[in-house]
Order: sequence, then structure tokens, then C-alpha cells
Amino acid sequence: MAKPENEITWKDLEVGFVVDEPGNAMVYRTGDWRSQRPVYSRERCIKCGTCYIYCPDMAIKILEDGYIEHDLYYCKGCGICVQECPTNAITMIEEEE
Amino acid sequence: MATRVGMEVSIAAAEAVKQANTDIIAAYPITPQTHIVEHLSELVNNGELDAEFIPVESEHSAMSVCAGSSAVGARTFTCTSSQGLALMSEIVYAVSSLRLPMLMILTNRSLNSPLSIWNDHSDVMSIRDCGWIQVFTESGQDVYDHVFIGFRVAEDRNVLNPFIINLDGFILTHVIEPIEILDQEIVDLYLPQYQPLHRLHPDRPVTIGCFGPPVLFTEAKKAQNEAMNNTMPHIIKAWQEFGDLTGRYYHPIETYKTEEAKIVIITQGSLGETASIAIDTMREKNEPVGLVKIRLWRPFPFMELREAVRGAELVVVMDRAISYGGPGGPLAGEIRSALYSEEGHPRVVNFIIGLGGRDVSPEDFIQMVQQAKMKVGDWYEIYGVRE
Repeated sequence: MAKPENEITWKDLEVGFVVDEPGNAMVYRTGDWRSQRPVYSRERCIKCGTCYIYCPDMAIKILEDGYIEHDLYYCKGCGICVQECPTNAITMIEEEE
Repeated sequence: MATRVGMEVSIAAAEAVKQANTDIIAAYPITPQTHIVEHLSELVNNGELDAEFIPVESEHSAMSVCAGSSAVGARTFTCTSSQGLALMSEIVYAVSSLRLPMLMILTNRSLNSPLSIWNDHSDVMSIRDCGWIQVFTESGQDVYDHVFIGFRVAEDRNVLNPFIINLDGFILTHVIEPIEILDQEIVDLYLPQYQPLHRLHPDRPVTIGCFGPPVLFTEAKKAQNEAMNNTMPHIIKAWQEFGDLTGRYYHPIETYKTEEAKIVIITQGSLGETASIAIDTMREKNEPVGLVKIRLWRPFPFMELREAVRGAELVVVMDRAISYGGPGGPLAGEIRSALYSEEGHPRVVNFIIGLGGRDVSPEDFIQMVQQAKMKVGDWYEIYGVRE
């Protein structure tokens, strides 16, 4: 689906609402759902990877140096990483829009 | 050459499913559907039909198996009735929205409660808006023929929609009738192998049954409704081609002695044969009465219906179900909708008859026509109820 969702007409849809393009969930920006965003502090991080394991959307990447980065394209702002971090290296702030 | 044999209608239906070279049958036994699936199970067990017969633990599972079976591209059949249909209804709605072709024979029986195993149309009317193509049958031959027609229509690339054959429980299922069995070559000529448009296969993954967010849901439903409306010419074409091969032609609306009829009786299913006897009796007494039979229930043939009752002053609609607190029976509601915009449209009177296996005789039809003539306005009544 090359068109933005809100421009898709009923005639554009596949028969039976089938998704005919494997793996296209990758383009779906679940980051749009976020009302709070994670803020990460390298100073407190002990590179344990707990946040990476718990993130339900695989929206945390472990970098080559062992620190992490949130992928805000997918991060829904659920805050599980904040709850699980043993050193309080992640906090949530309000999304401003 | 076709062979004419005396056969129980249920057995003839199962034989047709065999001749249609069905791949998957998933069903749970329920009266009065049992003879159909029992016979199919024997055919599979004896190696006469190369299909998977999947005996499931409920109708909900039966329809779920059918959904998966159709999604992988198999020719799929199920058969149920009444409570069984009610239990499977969640998936019944899903498969039509997913445009998964399959065939269901629904042996019409009333819905609980009081518990009844006998015939009326309350089961099918409970899923009226489920998005399946729905036909009614009047004889064993109709049922046998529509197995091939149903598969052919459902699997047509221009249709891709599940198909229900309604058949009155006991009144048709358990009677022996003369059936003309088609030669296998004719069946094979008429019913090509199913070629699915999309199918679940690891070589080319697709997602069937995904989430529809508010921004797309309405578009999905519009597409489904358009697709359903567009099935009409393909159903008519399938009937025409079946007629050309067998000499038996079916139509969305079928009529009997409606020429210059001032009064028209409308029926669905096996009531048609009984009503036609009453029509003959009344015509002998110069009563200008004709009969209209609704073969195709969904998509509803509005144009053909208007054409069939043109010139009539009084339309008497026979319903085998009640819409509690509604306009009477569901068929009468449809007929009134169809005729409302017609200038000088006829009066529409509705009788609710034949509930839970109550017999309806030719004499009853004559009585109802007399009652309808006597009163004024549009109304409905449960006929023959003891006051």
C-alpha cells in the first residue's frame, strides 16, 4: 500500500481485506500512539540489556558499545522499560504536540 | 444421459457433494441434517470420495475448520441446522467478510425455545445479514442441482463468496423423491477445479483476517457490499449454463400462474409446492391468484420481484419466522421495502405460518387469501393460532 491510509478508497483494497504484501507491518508507525516518550541517560546505564528483553515492540536497539537507543518510529510509550530498568536510567516525559 | 432414481433428498445432497469432488467436509451432527453428513462420512470411509472428513467437537469448530480449509484453497463443504448454525454464527460472518468460498447446506429448523427439532425459517433469518449468498429450494432436485451451482458460483473469481442452500428440515430432508442424477462428465464440465485468488501458502505469505482500523473499516464494508451486489449477474449466468446442460433452469424469482393475477402469494422453500396446489384450485374458481417464489434471498432480487408482482392489487406474503416486535416476518419486511417506491403498489398482507413444524395445507392458503381480501390495509397475523 503505497498510499497513505486516509487516501485508500474501497476499490484499492484487496479482496477480503487480505494483506498481499508480506511483512508490511514494518511500515506501520506505532510510534504515533505515544503520549509519553522515554528519555535515556547513558550516565546511569549499566548495559544490562533488561529493557531490550522486556520491550514488547522490540523498539530498543543495543548499540555496538553496549548502550541502548529507543526506536521512536515503533515505541508506543508504554513505559515498561522504565519500570524494569534497575538503575532508573530511563524516565518518561510528556509528548508535546 | 442422466439417470432418474428414487432417493432420499439428504442422500441425493450427499451424492452431489461427492460428485462435486469436495476436498474438505467439516461438520457436527444435528437433526435434521444428520443423514447428509452420515452418508458423506460413509462415502469418505469407503474410499468413494477422496476428501478429508473432519469430525469436530462443535459447529463453531466446524466453521473454523472450513475457514482454514477454504483459505488454503480447498473445495469446502459443511452442513448444519438451527442451534448448530447459531453456535457457528461468529465464524459465519467472518468467512464472508474474508471472501472465503464454501458451500453450506442448511436444513432449516426452528430455534430454541421451546425446544423443537421441526421446520421453520428462524435459523436462517437469524443470519440474514451474514453476507453469504442464500438460496431456497423447493424439491430434492433443486437441492441436488444447487450443490454444483453453489460451488460454481462461490468459487467464481468474480464472486468469491460463501453460499448457503436452504432446505426445509424433514419436509424435504427425509422424503424420497425422484432425482435425476447427472453424469460425472456433465458435472466436471460444469464445475471446474477451484483456483483461489489468494491462499495461505508458505511460498507466498499473505495475511487473511487482519485488523481494520477506523480509517479503513468503512471502505472494507463498502467493498464487501459492492461485491455482494455484483454477484447477481454471475449467479444468473451459472443458472443459465446449468440449464443449458441439464434442461433445468432456475431464476432469482420463480412464478406460477402470475399472468393477469390480481392476488399474488409469495413463498420461500417447500411451501411453494403446496401453494401451487391451492393456486390451481382457486384458478378453477376463476380467482385471479398467482404464486411468486423467492429462490434467491441474498442478494435480494428487487427488480425481478417488482416485475413479478406488477399488476397485482394484493400481495400475501408467507413467513416461516417472526421478527419479534418488528414488521411481522422478515420476508414481508423485504417485500414492502421492494414495493414502497412503486407507484400504486399493491397492499402487502403478511401471514406467519408453519412455525416449529406446524403443517400448512393447500386449504390453509385458500383460507389466508380469503382473509386477506376481507380486511383492509397492511397487517400481519400469526395464522392458525388457537385464541
